[in-house]
Amino acid sequence: MTYLRLFYEFFKAGLFSIGGGLATLPFLYNISDTTGWFTHGQLADMVAISESTPGPIGVNMATYVGFTTGGIPGAVIATIGLITPSIIVILVIAGFLKAFRDNKYVKGAFYGLRPASTGLITAAGFSVVMISLVQLDAFRASGSILDLFNWRGLLLAAVIFLLTRVFKKLHPAVFIGASAVAGILFGFAGVSI
Amino acid sequence: MRELLDLFWTFARIGGLTFGGGYAMLPILQREVVEKRQWVSDEELMDYYAIGQCTPGIIAVNTATFVGQKTRGIIGGIMATLGVVFPSLVIITVIAAFIQNFADLEIVKNAFAGIRICVCVLILNAVIKLLKSSVVDKATLVIYAAVAVGSILTSVSPIIFVLLAGIAGVLLQNWKGGATK
Repeated sequence: MTYLRLFYEFFKAGLFSIGGGLATLPFLYNISDTTGWFTHGQLADMVAISESTPGPIGVNMATYVGFTTGGIPGAVIATIGLITPSIIVILVIAGFLKAFRDNKYVKGAFYGLRPASTGLITAAGFSVVMISLVQLDAFRASGSILDLFNWRGLLLAAVIFLLTRVFKKLHPAVFIGASAVAGILFGFAGVSI
Repeated sequence: MRELLDLFWTFARIGGLTFGGGYAMLPILQREVVEKRQWVSDEELMDYYAIGQCTPGIIAVNTATFVGQKTRGIIGGIMATLGVVFPSLVIITVIAAFIQNFADLEIVKNAFAGIRICVCVLILNAVIKLLKSSVVDKATLVIYAAVAVGSILTSVSPIIFVLLAGIAGVLLQNWKGGATK
């Protein structure tokens, strides 16, 4: 039954996510919220691994979530669920390619869909910020505004942001690797060294 | 049959050589599919790629289906698509199994705590890039802000936002088109 649900959830993600890269991320957060198969924290780890391994990010994420939920069959079923709508839609429109692209209603729809997709990815990014940079529990416990943010984390984020702006050509895996090293050196998980 | 296997393996190689998918894939596609195999022309590939970006699903998968369909019909489309996802299935399954076994180690926990901060920055950079191409006027800015805020504050499914934004886009564009005539 979980397999059927996996297929259905990823079919929806494949059908309604527009554009490449992180476009499926909002759907994965939604799956996490509605099924409880994995946590937001696990999802952030999956993003990092999917960005630093070969293959399209969306496919990698589907495989990863599927594996976490249902082992190897889960990985296969989630991935097939994700690509099924693409195969159907593309095979249907392959016959009238130019007419599709020049259609005024199609153009209009995408005029609205692109900013919406960006908005959804922004919201997904916000939830990663909430789990990695904001410490609501510590803030509630102490009431001190100083405890609200993970200051070391913010500093690391600022440094990485500047580096990604300066070294635009470097692959994301480089920054992910550097952050892993920083996390280990400075005990970012809150485990004392 | 040989041609179908050829499609599968060519796209498996493309999938395995692409880091990040989508935009990173184009140069490798051009080399393998246009120059080496001559399955499609450069113009056709650019068309597929442009349409792949604005149809549902992953760009890399959409482009693979297009090229496969052009070469060997429906079965070709399916084989090329299965090929492009094959390396991901193998590599991610191995890594995921590995990480599952070591997730409780302190060093792994600390590494991922650092990595999550990097993920914030990577998503921020993706958003900055997407904002430039998707938010082009006041109306798109309103759609962007409404979806971002709505999605943060409520647990409404992304599907609802996508459908509403698509309808809003059709109405806005065609109303604007009518007004200028």
